[in-house]
Amino acid sequence: MPANAFNGHTDLGIGLRVPHYRHILEKKPVCGWFEIISENFMVDGGRPLEVLDSILEQYRVVQHGVSMYFGNADPLNRDHVKKLKRLVKRTNTPWLSDHLCWGSVDGRCSHDLLPMPYTMSVAKHTAQKIKQASDFLEVPICVENVSSYAEFTQNEMTEWEFLNEVVEHADCGILLDVNNIYVSSENHRFDPFEYLRAMPHHRVGQIHIAGHQRFEHVILDTHDHPVPDPVWDLYAEAIRLSGNTATLLEWDDRIPSFDEVHAEALKANRYLHEHA
Amino acid sequence: MSTPSQLSTNADLRILQRNMAAALMQPLTRHDGLQSRTQVDFITPNDRLSGFQRLEIYARQYWFRLLDCLYDDYPALRVLLGEMRFHKLCRDYLAAHPSTSWTLRNLGSQLSAFITEPKARDVARVEWAQTLAFDEPQKKTLHIDDLLGADPSALRLGLQPCVIALRIDHAVDHFITAMKKTDADVRSGASQAMSQAPTRAAIIKAPRLKKEVLHLVIHRHENTLYFKRLTREAFLMLTALRDGLTLADAVELALAEADPTTDWPVQIRDWFAEWSQLGWFCKPSPQP
Ligand SMILES: [Fe+2]
Repeated sequence: MPANAFNGHTDLGIGLRVPHYRHILEKKPVCGWFEIISENFMVDGGRPLEVLDSILEQYRVVQHGVSMYFGNADPLNRDHVKKLKRLVKRTNTPWLSDHLCWGSVDGRCSHDLLPMPYTMSVAKHTAQKIKQASDFLEVPICVENVSSYAEFTQNEMTEWEFLNEVVEHADCGILLDVNNIYVSSENHRFDPFEYLRAMPHHRVGQIHIAGHQRFEHVILDTHDHPVPDPVWDLYAEAIRLSGNTATLLEWDDRIPSFDEVHAEALKANRYLHEHA
Repeated sequence: MSTPSQLSTNADLRILQRNMAAALMQPLTRHDGLQSRTQVDFITPNDRLSGFQRLEIYARQYWFRLLDCLYDDYPALRVLLGEMRFHKLCRDYLAAHPSTSWTLRNLGSQLSAFITEPKARDVARVEWAQTLAFDEPQKKTLHIDDLLGADPSALRLGLQPCVIALRIDHAVDHFITAMKKTDADVRSGASQAMSQAPTRAAIIKAPRLKKEVLHLVIHRHENTLYFKRLTREAFLMLTALRDGLTLADAVELALAEADPTTDWPVQIRDWFAEWSQLGWFCKPSPQP
């Protein structure tokens, strides 16, 4: 996929979260765009859709999903993708992202972003489902690398090799989460810069930045802190390699005021000016 | 089935995912750990954690996320049962009914049917109805003017999906209202907790849940949820219409055992005026 599928959307965005609804609707702060969690708005009525419609009157919105589960052995969930398509029509999202992970089997759902086994056959299967989803939804798809805490004995390649295989076979974009790369690199002891250098940079349509929490033996992807320095360093390298890219700050827990989240996101500008 | 050492087909991937899901979704131990007999041969250890410990991170994450969702969706049930009993109920329920939906919104859909104790079951029914009333669709509303001149023996009306009518045996509406009031008092006293780690608010003392036969409607109006008590006759009429009876049949059913001294035609007109104003009616779904 050429990078120009994402052109025109290279500024900073913020994840739209419930505690900020009132502030955004009343104060109408200047913000490049909002990323919404698709699933929160895949409902048939009520306040979520009313809020979304008000936001859409003022701002551009990009959809980010958490339950398409391209890596499931099961086929795509028809009910889910149909509802998703209705939302795509409503938001006019320029692209849509979801994770390179699995999450349910035999119809039982974990509601988690579970890590993939990195094998060629799994990469091809996953890529096929991304293609199916993109064809049906009629919108480009970016897959996001997840944070992981475990690796499978069946792995035949590294995570970045797997990601490359998937996106080449699916001909799709990448939502590069540099915090997730950092978290996984610490948990699995690899060089995060090697990961970044191995990316097909022309496919990076969006970047996520976020904070995490370090425990004694593991780092968890908690999205409840400002972006730490090592993640900013990776961000600087990512935009040096991929150029100016739509960037989004994720803050999902212990959410501070909108202004505080916004200020944290704006720090990315400094890097964009210096490195992109 | 043991996990294949190589994943060359989609069937192999499915076995791996089945085994991992089974490990995550089995109940945790009393100390929130992974059961010691769990097969973990498909996870590699690293220099800090064994395969078992790495899988345990995901198992705990699974249980805590789903429990958290039930805590959010069933605050009144939690107050009624108290922390220990509610927590045990949630764990037993999730072990018996793992999530089968892509959205956590549906997690409690089988909870009231799972509960055998009448008070708790009624509270769970009302809280599930609140979930539905919050985001079920509001279809194009029919107004009373749209109905004028229609033949009652042929007229059918639909009830909005976001309007849920329940017959229950306890005054759950008063219980929830009283609980919210106490809860608000507690919260406003600790309002600067924003920068602190999120902790579940301490459980409040349960208000009394009185035994009382209730014909209750849980509905959404201008995106706010309300309770509305109906008389037995009004409830029978509304639910008969919801279930597809014609207006004439619904009236007959509703008034079968009604007090003959009441002026029912006036009553019925008043109900319709009110329900129509609240936007409760829509076109009926096609008859099967
Ligand atoms: Fe992310």
